[in-house]
Amino acid sequence: MTGVGFPAAAARTLRDEQLRRNLRRATTTIRAKRARVVGELDGWEALRERGAAIKAEALARLPELLEELEASVTRAGGVVHWAADAAEARAVVARLVRDAGSEEVIKVKSMATEEIGLNEGLAAAGIRAIETDLAELIVQLGHDRSSHILVPAIHRNRREIRDLFARTIPGAHGVGDDPGELAEVARRHLRETFLRVGVGISGANFACADTGTLCVVESEGNGRMCTTLPHTLITVMGIEKVLPRFADLGVMLRLLPRSSTGERMNPYTSLWTGVTPGDGPQSFHLVLLDAGRTATLADPAGRDALRCIRCSACLNVCPVYERTGGHAYEHTYPGPIGAILAPQLSGLRDHTSLPWASSLCGACYEVCPVKIDIPSILVHLRARVVREAGASRGEHLAMRALARVFAHRRRYEAAQRLARLGARPLSRDGRIERDLPGPLHGWLAYRDLRAPARETFREWWARERGA
Amino acid sequence: MRVALFITCVSDTLFPEAGRAAVEVLERLGCEVEFPLEQTCCGQMHVNAGYEEEAMPLVGRFARVFDGFDAIVCPSGSCAAMVREQYPRLAPGDPAVARAAGRVFELSEFIVERLGVEDVGAVFPARVAYHPTCHSLRLLRLGDAPLRLLRNVRELDLVELPEATTCCGFGGTFAVKNAETSGAMLADKLRCLRDSGAEVCTAVDNSCLLHIGGGLSREGDAVRTVHVAEILASRG
Repeated sequence: MTGVGFPAAAARTLRDEQLRRNLRRATTTIRAKRARVVGELDGWEALRERGAAIKAEALARLPELLEELEASVTRAGGVVHWAADAAEARAVVARLVRDAGSEEVIKVKSMATEEIGLNEGLAAAGIRAIETDLAELIVQLGHDRSSHILVPAIHRNRREIRDLFARTIPGAHGVGDDPGELAEVARRHLRETFLRVGVGISGANFACADTGTLCVVESEGNGRMCTTLPHTLITVMGIEKVLPRFADLGVMLRLLPRSSTGERMNPYTSLWTGVTPGDGPQSFHLVLLDAGRTATLADPAGRDALRCIRCSACLNVCPVYERTGGHAYEHTYPGPIGAILAPQLSGLRDHTSLPWASSLCGACYEVCPVKIDIPSILVHLRARVVREAGASRGEHLAMRALARVFAHRRRYEAAQRLARLGARPLSRDGRIERDLPGPLHGWLAYRDLRAPARETFREWWARERGA
Repeated sequence: MRVALFITCVSDTLFPEAGRAAVEVLERLGCEVEFPLEQTCCGQMHVNAGYEEEAMPLVGRFARVFDGFDAIVCPSGSCAAMVREQYPRLAPGDPAVARAAGRVFELSEFIVERLGVEDVGAVFPARVAYHPTCHSLRLLRLGDAPLRLLRNVRELDLVELPEATTCCGFGGTFAVKNAETSGAMLADKLRCLRDSGAEVCTAVDNSCLLHIGGGLSREGDAVRTVHVAEILASRG
């Protein structure tokens, strides 16, 4: 296992009262915005169906569509590279940056590059990566980690950001905590960088196989700067991001902004197809990243996780995420989608506790724009952890024993009597109030436990109705 | 109509009063209620905890025990959803399982949708908040069936519960495996309950009420938890 596992990591973040307040305010606001803009569409459910069908088709035809995409991008003047894992992708990008003669890159907000640890990889190769998305910049300046797919600095409030800027940005001393003022400081800081650096790096929200068109959706315009100003543009994209047709964007671009920022349309949608002489980057590279996607695709009960378009609606409605924050998931992808993506992309054995980081309340499935049945995949992955990674031996024995009890009426009734007898010395007024060691400890740490009834229902039935 | 009561292991052992209330309401509405004594547990805990293999004998067993009734009625949205939504996936080729999945109802759903009754003639003088449990809301899609029944209960003052559709943090083994997170969710649910001004918190799932009630009693709170079936059986 990498990290300490979800329960322990969550216990740590839950103690941070400021974090809890920041998250509560942010998720409540964005939830309400999403509900409002989704509610104003009549055909939202039909649109979700279409989004799900498009992504399902893309996954079903993935090998063929990727070859089509490669041909389309190449025809349009781009160069396609294939990376089987994170290390290969980092090496390809570092080589391309060096070939372009640059020691700096400017970056569009991208989950794929974060997933592969690109910034650290480039730093090791002597290349400085500069985040230009405001929230990613906040995370980078604070040597912090992202805690949300869409709003990486959701765990910070504006006073914390003011202090960070005053400390780290030259000339920002004495800045106030007004969001407009903070954005202005970041804008001045970044403007000079945009004009100086010759290589841009982006991820991709979508790639259309038929035309070779790449698409990045954003709010600030920094992404537009990074994809148009530099002479070289490198896009790192998970292979599951391919769409069969350019026309599919018509569906996806309606689903994504409404689900993620709660906007009818996002402010900037950048589309580019290869290279256009005299306009924009004159050198374009597309790095297609596998990094566990093919393996995920091989599991029919888990593969739907690859439909994800990284909108983060599931994070914003998740009662677990709202309280623990993203860091408790110990992975690039937090929240409900992270709990099913991380174990599949990065290895079940390294993330055995994530499938249990959910009460299975189903709020995530209800809002997912591509209808990923996250609760069912969580249950499936729990079974896989038990089967493949091995649960605790004690738990396995207990569950097996309990199943045998439930398999026979007499054993079940004997267990009921035993539970009643066992609870008697521990309970007062029909409930157990004291904490106990063993499996009940977790429960009793936060709540009392009702003791078994003096007469079970079946005993009453047998007495009253004579069996 | 021959109706089998599927009590659930939680209610059988911890909340027999909810089962007795369910019998009373169903008989009042003219159903012939039977209780197959061979029933034990539907296997939901095993399946949701990752022990599908161990749960399989329980799935087959349930389908045999409850075969031959016009309806299987259960005072739990979560256990009814287990049989309706998960059983067909677990045992796709089993006709008895398919029959069980097609005939299982949560109690309020059965009364409103199947019997077409919205007023069961109950009297319950109290301020009541209804907590829509996650599985009854999002798996069974009960909609407002329980609320329609509660609105017709005499002397019952139905108060609005803030953030009603947010999970209480139970989640089966989640409450034990992720006790800190579950506890934080529960604390917020209790705050909402207090804000609602309710004297009674009701729901269609005793497992969620076990959780909420355990939190209330730990905090020494005066709000009581009562299953919807008991309110519907009450004559004041």
